[in-house]
Amino acid sequence: MKIVSKSKIKVDGPGLVTGKQKFVDDFDMPGMLVGKILASPHAHAIIKKIDISKAEKLPGVHAVLYHKNVPRVAHTTAGQGFPEPSPYDTFMFDKKVRYVGDRVAAVAAESEEIAKKALSLIEVEYKILPAILSAKDSLKKNAPVIHDEPEAIMPIPVPYDPKRNIAASTDVQVGDIDKGFAKAALIVEREFKAHYATHCPMEPHITLTYPDENGRLVIITSTQVPFHVRRIVAQTLKLPIKKIRVIKPRIGGGFGGKQEILLEDVCSALTLKSSRPVKIRYTREEEFAKSRTRHEQYVNLKIGATKNGKLTSIYMDVLSNTGAYGSHALTVACNCGSKTLPLYPCDNVRFRATTVYTNLPVGGAYRGYGATQAAFALECLMDEIAYKLKIDPVELRRKNHIKSGGSSPIFEKLGEGKAGVKQTIGSCGLAECITKGARAIGWKKKQLEGRCPQCPNSKINTLKRGFGMCTLMQGSSIPEIDMAAATIKMNEDGSFNLLVGATDLGTGSDTILAQIAAEVLGCDESDMIVLSSDTDITPFDVGAYASSTTYLSGAAVKKTAEKIRDQIIKVAAEVCGGNPKKAIVENKTVKFPDGKNVSFYDIAIHTLYLKDQFQIAATESNISHKSPPPFAAHYVEVEVDTETGEVKLLKYVAAVDCGTEINPKLARGQTEGAVVNGIGYALMEEYIFNEKGKLLTDNFFTYKIPSTRDLPEMKIIHVKSYEDSGPFGAKSVSEISINGALPAISNAIFNATGARLTEGPFTAERVLKAIRRLE
Amino acid sequence: MKIQLTINSKNKTFDIQPDEKLLETLRNNNYKSVKFGCGEGTCGTCTVLINGKPRLSCITFTAQMTGKEITTLEGIGTIENLHKLQKSFLAEGAVQCGYCTPGMILSAKALLDKNKSPTEEEIKKALDGNKCRCTGYGSIIKAIQKLQDH
Repeated sequence: MKIVSKSKIKVDGPGLVTGKQKFVDDFDMPGMLVGKILASPHAHAIIKKIDISKAEKLPGVHAVLYHKNVPRVAHTTAGQGFPEPSPYDTFMFDKKVRYVGDRVAAVAAESEEIAKKALSLIEVEYKILPAILSAKDSLKKNAPVIHDEPEAIMPIPVPYDPKRNIAASTDVQVGDIDKGFAKAALIVEREFKAHYATHCPMEPHITLTYPDENGRLVIITSTQVPFHVRRIVAQTLKLPIKKIRVIKPRIGGGFGGKQEILLEDVCSALTLKSSRPVKIRYTREEEFAKSRTRHEQYVNLKIGATKNGKLTSIYMDVLSNTGAYGSHALTVACNCGSKTLPLYPCDNVRFRATTVYTNLPVGGAYRGYGATQAAFALECLMDEIAYKLKIDPVELRRKNHIKSGGSSPIFEKLGEGKAGVKQTIGSCGLAECITKGARAIGWKKKQLEGRCPQCPNSKINTLKRGFGMCTLMQGSSIPEIDMAAATIKMNEDGSFNLLVGATDLGTGSDTILAQIAAEVLGCDESDMIVLSSDTDITPFDVGAYASSTTYLSGAAVKKTAEKIRDQIIKVAAEVCGGNPKKAIVENKTVKFPDGKNVSFYDIAIHTLYLKDQFQIAATESNISHKSPPPFAAHYVEVEVDTETGEVKLLKYVAAVDCGTEINPKLARGQTEGAVVNGIGYALMEEYIFNEKGKLLTDNFFTYKIPSTRDLPEMKIIHVKSYEDSGPFGAKSVSEISINGALPAISNAIFNATGARLTEGPFTAERVLKAIRRLE
Repeated sequence: MKIQLTINSKNKTFDIQPDEKLLETLRNNNYKSVKFGCGEGTCGTCTVLINGKPRLSCITFTAQMTGKEITTLEGIGTIENLHKLQKSFLAEGAVQCGYCTPGMILSAKALLDKNKSPTEEEIKKALDGNKCRCTGYGSIIKAIQKLQDH
C-alpha cells in the first residue's frame, strides 16, 4: 500500500498549526447577537411565575424565550439514529426544572454584558420540590416523580416507566446462571461504582445560527452529528428539514459530548425570534454543569469459575444514573453488557440494567460508552478470581478470552434498543496484545504470591509497588443501524472532491478518509479535497460516534472510490483502446499492460470538454452487518504510599489490536489520548455535589484533568491484525483505550496493598480508607 | 480608551474598554488563532507570548500591555512558511483537534527560545499549564524533543 498505513500529515494540519482553520467561534456575522441561557438554581422545582417583561424592555435585547413562547415538543437531545432509542422527555423550555443548571429562559442581546443583565432581570418564582440526589433513591417507594409530564414517551418499543423514575431497562439471559453458579468452585461478587465524569473538550459547546438570503436557517455548530442536529432542530422548532442547513467547521474535541443537541435548538429559536445571527458559547462552568456526563453507574457483578479458572456463570446487574433527562439512557446501559461480556464467552450469562432519573446533571455519550463502567467491574473481578485461584491474571485472561472464529450469544441478544446482530470474530490480536504488553511492563508471575515486596529503591517502608492489568474490547459502529455515505467527483486537473457526511471532530477522519480514497485511486491524499459535514452539500452520515468513522465511513469512501476508478478506467480504455479489465491506476495515470497510459488530467479534460462529456462522479453508501471489536491489554505499575494513600502511576502500557492502522501516528494518538483521559478518570476527575445537588467541581481548579506533569512513563503498542470486513483491514481505535485505567490501576493498588478499590477516582483519601479497612 | 500595542512586531492602535481582556482585544482584531478555553486562567488555551513569556490572555488586561511585545501564532509562521515547531507538531501527529495547538506551540517556543536542549522534565514543566484533551501529550513532547540542539 502506498498511502494507507502511512503516517500522512493531516489534510487540515497546516491550517491548524497556523491558527487559520475556522472553529465556530471564528465565524462572525454583521449584527450578530450574544445568546445566554438562564439556569435553574434548584434541583427540582416548578416555575410558578416567570416575568420576562423587564428583560425584554432592556435596550439591546432582541429576544427572550421561555416555556410560554416556544413550541412545546417532547424530544431527546441525544443525537442518535431515528427513531432514537432515548426517551422523548426534554422540552426546549419547560415549566418544571429537573436539575441545577436546567434551562429556564434564554436571551439574545447586542453584547454579553447586556445579555447577562437581561438574565438578571427575568423574575422567576419557584415552588421547590423534593429532589432525588442519588440513583439508589430513585426507585424507592414514594420517591418524587421527575418526569410526570404526560408527553414523556419512548419512541421505540422498549420498557419505559417514568412514573417509577425508570428511563430504560433491559434483561437478557443466555443459558442458566443458577446452574452455572452451581458448577462453580469459586464465586466472587462485588458492587463497583463508576463515577460521574465529563468530556472537557478544550473548545466548549458553541453554536452560531443565522437566517440566510433565502430565509433558511443556517446552523454552524460544534457537533459530532450534523444530520441529527438538522433533524432534531426541525422537530423541536416545527420547521421543515429543507429549511435548515447545518455546517460543521473544525471542532475542538468532542469525545461524545457533542453527540448532543444542546445549544442548536435554542440558538435557532433566538434567531427566528430576532431575525438576527445569534451565537451561544458555553462558559467552562456551564460546560461542566450543563453539558453531558458519563453515566454514573453501580455495577453489581457475580462470576463463577471452576478451580481451573474457566468461567461457568456471569451475572451483571447495572444501575445507571441518567440524571434529569434520559439521553442515551438505554444504549449506554446496554453497552455495559454488549461491549464487555463477549470478551469471555461463557455458557451462562445474565445481563440486567436499569437506568433511573435523578435530579443531577444529565448523562450522555462519553468515549467508552458503558464499556468503561462495566470493564471496571469485570476486569477487577477477573483479577480477584485469579488471586483467589492462584492463577496468574494474565493466564486467566488467556484461558477465557474470545478468539478469532469465536462468537458470543450476547452479540445477538443485546443490541441498541433492539436485538443485536449475530457475529463471529474475524480478526483478534488479543493474545499478542497480552504477550507484548506483559513483556513491556515486566510482568512476572511472582506478583501473584502475596503483595509486592516493598519498593526496592525506597528506604521508606510505607511505599509499596504493584502491578495490574486488564483486557478490553469495544466495537466498530452499530451494526445494521448506522449508515455512512460518500461522494467523489473528478476535477479538470485530475484532482477529486471527496464529500463525506462523516464528522472530523479532531480525530483526523478527513485525513484517513482521503488516504483510503487516494489508495484506491492511485493518487496522493493531497489530490483529495475533503469537505465533511455540511448537510446541504455532503451525503448523509450518522456522525462520529460508536467508534464508527474509520470502519463504516471509511468503507463507504472505499466503495465510492472503486466506482470512480471503474469510470476512469472505462474512459481511459475508450481514449487509447486498451483493455479495461487489465488496467491499473497508479501515479494519477491509468496504465494498461501493453504499455499504453492515460493520465487523470487527460481523462478529466476528455470527459469535461472533448467527447460524450459527463461528470465523473459517484456516491456510495455503507452499512455494516457486524461490529468487529478492537481488543487491548493494558498493564500498569503503581507505587502506593500506605501511610498517605497517595497513588503514583509509574508506568502504563497499552497494547491494542485495531486492525490495520490507516494512519499509524493518528491511530496511536487516539490510543494515547484515550489512555490519558482514562488515567484522569481513574485518579483525578470527580463530580462533587452539595446537599442541594449543585455541582461544586465546575472548573479546572477543582475538576483536575491530566496535564503533562501527571503522565507516567507510557508505552503504546499496536499489534498487527487484518479485519476482512473493514476498509484495508481496519477496525476502530478511538474509544477502547479509555476503559483500561480504572480496572488496571485498581488491580495494581490491590497488588501493592491488598486493598480493592471499587469506586473511583482513586484519590489518596479513598485509597487510605480502603487500606485502613484491611487492618 | 485608545491603546498602542506591539503585536507580532507591528505597532497597532486599538480602541478598547478599560476592563477589556487581551483575549477579546486580539480576537476582535482578527488574531483568531488565540482561542477561548475557560476564561478563568485554568487551561492555557489562550496562551500568547508577552515579551517572550507565555501568558494567559483571558486573564490579562489589555490596558496593561502598553510598550510590551505580544506574539500570537500568526506571528511565528504561515502555511507557506511554517515555523520549525509547526512542522514538527505536524510530523509527530501532535495536532488532533488543534484547538489547544496555538497556545501549546507558543509555550513550546518560549521554552526553546531560552533553552535549546530541554530535558523531558523541563518540557513537561513548561507545558504544564497548557491542557490538551486529545493527544495525551506524548506526541507534543516528542515534537519538541525532535527540535533539540545537541
